[in-house]
Amino acid sequence: MPAEALEPSPSPALLAVEGVTKHFAGVTALSDVSLEVRPGEILGLLGENGAGKSTLLNILSGVMPPSSGRIVFDGVEFNPHNPQDAKRLGIVTIYQELSLIPTLTVAENIFIGRAPLGPLGLVSWRKMEEDSRGIIARVGLDLYPATPVSALSVAEQQLVEIARALSLKSRLIIMDEPTSALTETEVQRLMSIMDRLRRDGVAIMFVTHRLEEASAICDRMTVLRDGRLAGHLDREGGPIKLPKIIEKMVGRAASELYARPTQRDVAGDVRLSVRGLRTMRDPQAPHAIVLEGVNLDLKAGEILGVAGLVGSGRTELARAIFGADRIAAGTIMLDGKPIAPASPADAIALGIGLVPEDRKHQAIFAALGILTNFSIASLGRYSNAAGFMAERREREALASYRKTLSIRMASPEQAIEGLSGGNQQKVILARWLARDPKVLIVDEPTRGVDVGAKAEVHQILVHLAARGIAIMMISSELPEVLAVSDRIVTMRRGRITGEMPGIEATEEKLMELMALDQKQEATQ
Amino acid sequence: MTSTTEQAQRGGINVARLLMSFGPLMFLAVLIVVFTVLKPSFIDPINLFNILRQISITGLIALGMTFVILTAGIDLSVGSLLAFCGMVAAVVAKGGTANTLSLSTTGTQGYGWFAALLAAVVVGAVAGGVQGFAITRLKVPPFVVTLGGLTVFRGLTLTISNGGPISGFDASMRWFGTGLIGPVPVPAIIFAIAAILCHIVLRYTRYGRVVYAVGGNAEAARLSGLRVDRILISVYVIVGFFAGLAAFVLSARLNSSEAVAGIGYELTVISAVVIGGTSLFGGIGSVGGTVVGAALIGVLQNGLQFNNVSSYTQSIVIGLILILAVAFDRWLKSRVRR
Repeated sequence: MPAEALEPSPSPALLAVEGVTKHFAGVTALSDVSLEVRPGEILGLLGENGAGKSTLLNILSGVMPPSSGRIVFDGVEFNPHNPQDAKRLGIVTIYQELSLIPTLTVAENIFIGRAPLGPLGLVSWRKMEEDSRGIIARVGLDLYPATPVSALSVAEQQLVEIARALSLKSRLIIMDEPTSALTETEVQRLMSIMDRLRRDGVAIMFVTHRLEEASAICDRMTVLRDGRLAGHLDREGGPIKLPKIIEKMVGRAASELYARPTQRDVAGDVRLSVRGLRTMRDPQAPHAIVLEGVNLDLKAGEILGVAGLVGSGRTELARAIFGADRIAAGTIMLDGKPIAPASPADAIALGIGLVPEDRKHQAIFAALGILTNFSIASLGRYSNAAGFMAERREREALASYRKTLSIRMASPEQAIEGLSGGNQQKVILARWLARDPKVLIVDEPTRGVDVGAKAEVHQILVHLAARGIAIMMISSELPEVLAVSDRIVTMRRGRITGEMPGIEATEEKLMELMALDQKQEATQ
Repeated sequence: MTSTTEQAQRGGINVARLLMSFGPLMFLAVLIVVFTVLKPSFIDPINLFNILRQISITGLIALGMTFVILTAGIDLSVGSLLAFCGMVAAVVAKGGTANTLSLSTTGTQGYGWFAALLAAVVVGAVAGGVQGFAITRLKVPPFVVTLGGLTVFRGLTLTISNGGPISGFDASMRWFGTGLIGPVPVPAIIFAIAAILCHIVLRYTRYGRVVYAVGGNAEAARLSGLRVDRILISVYVIVGFFAGLAAFVLSARLNSSEAVAGIGYELTVISAVVIGGTSLFGGIGSVGGTVVGAALIGVLQNGLQFNNVSSYTQSIVIGLILILAVAFDRWLKSRVRR
């Protein structure tokens, strides 16, 4: 890496965050965090989901003010009121979700809101295109400036954003997970551009989940954990080693919240068996993650944890099995018989259930009552042959789940949006339990669920498995995966990269497996 | 300061909930009282039945439109479809388009009222199904598909009727438009029966649940195993069926099927549904609300006319009421949600 040629820079900090704290309605998202970024260096900002990275980014880019603490930029106290303030000073944030306007050209996007004008006060298109050419050349792009952004790949769009940031005379560029949607070669290209920017004296804050990338490029790292500073790491002669980063990120003993279930004896038959599963590449989204040949077995009565980062293909795996996405190749067997669900309705009829990751958009009917939310997947069981609802039976069933899952609600007519996240999730679980599924896939079962209810949801999953349901639990929270899984597989880039029994697994081991490209037979 | 607003809110929630369920109904009651005070003869049974007869045509279509809007859809074609179905009914009733201007009362050449009714509702349902197919399979938004349907069906109507009316049905058919059972006009009875059936379907059947669910969150409905496309097609079939039924009743009442019938009905119909509290975003609403909405518009039109308010002013008033009704609904919801 060229970075080794650099001397450890003793230059004063360009940005200094001093003891910043942020409270949201009683929750402390960030507590007394301090860090520094110097000109001509790349600082990695790392931490698990919920560690406080996004909150810190939002404060730095002027989206929200800190509750307390001080930020100094270039020797002056920095209190941005909005993103424009931050931009004016030369702090540009490039978010995971790109902010280019797809229908406009590359040049128009770069010069949006500040188009060069000609003598009559009209936009000078020629000057705009000429200037754009120079700007995009700086990030190594060779594009016609009049190309609409929608025609570019995600990587190219990212580079255009960086180019725009440079043309704004940015002194600090904050990149939020820039590599999550990129291929290996695109990542290499981005890295070399980051290195070039570093030589030009630009300060970069690189927020990422991907430890090996952070290790390769960062001069220093700041690690957050549970909203607090977990520590700083320095490159000393060579790249910062992965185990050191993982140790800082994990830090704690698996918290008491995630009490492991008592060891269960799982000797069920194979319920679900997936071989060589591949999904279609959507021509509309050529860079989206697809499954690249997944092999997997799921036993009756087992909880299989699927660990992987966003974009690892775990949700795609769930959707493919559930018939929600089209399958390109491979087989799925349920109880030894091949199945090919072409829609969720097919999969459900076969005895598969899915609790989707995005509860609000994919699971709940926000304005409808709890009763309908509960029974919607099993209306046939609560209605007679003429199509009339058997409401008494329906209400009795809901009442019994309300008791066993301890759902806290006012009445069956109450709109589900009035419930807490945890209680909503319990209603969704009840929706599937009412069908008595053979296989239940739960995707991020405790996202947006408060701490107390998390443990309850975990207990419910364990009970269900004990009843013989085969459960596949997808989660990006490793403590959760460790807490409830009998067996754990890791995924990356649409492939299974490792597998281990729940008892042997630790966060460190899983993170190592999640960083692999392929399953290595030796990982057992 | 905060404690008093909180108190007001806590006290206000029940009132707000009550208003949300019964707001349009109370407004209807107020209107009836006001018009009666202005002119006592307004409350005469004769006038009230007259209002019922007037609202039953658009009311029937509004019942079907309630299903469509509950799925977050819209159907702009209903006025034209009504004219088309009416023309089909006339052709069947009279056995052809030939004796367009005859006022024959014998009707021996035709196929009778039952065939005419059947033809009207089947054509309406099929036309709705075709539009539903275009919406779900060709992925064209309902607004666009039914906007196209609006001109297509009008064009078809003018084509088969050659631009003119087809008039003169036999007495058995005319009874459906002009007859009375006791003091009650037959169209009002048809409307009442249809409304009760629709209410039962939406409130007590599996199908009703599914309609609300698809409108409430189509993606969640799909992931819960519902065949969303089929359900969407079905609601357009239903609204088409009701356009056909309304067409039959209207032709029977006027003793004529007009090529220009139903122009602008889509707006009255949608207004009735929306005033009745059904959300254009889907998932929220009821048949009861639609009936009240239709009655509100009917009472308003009749009452204004009764007091010699010009039809120009009537348009202004009804338009403003529509906007205010929705604004009021929004305001109530924002209070209840808190």
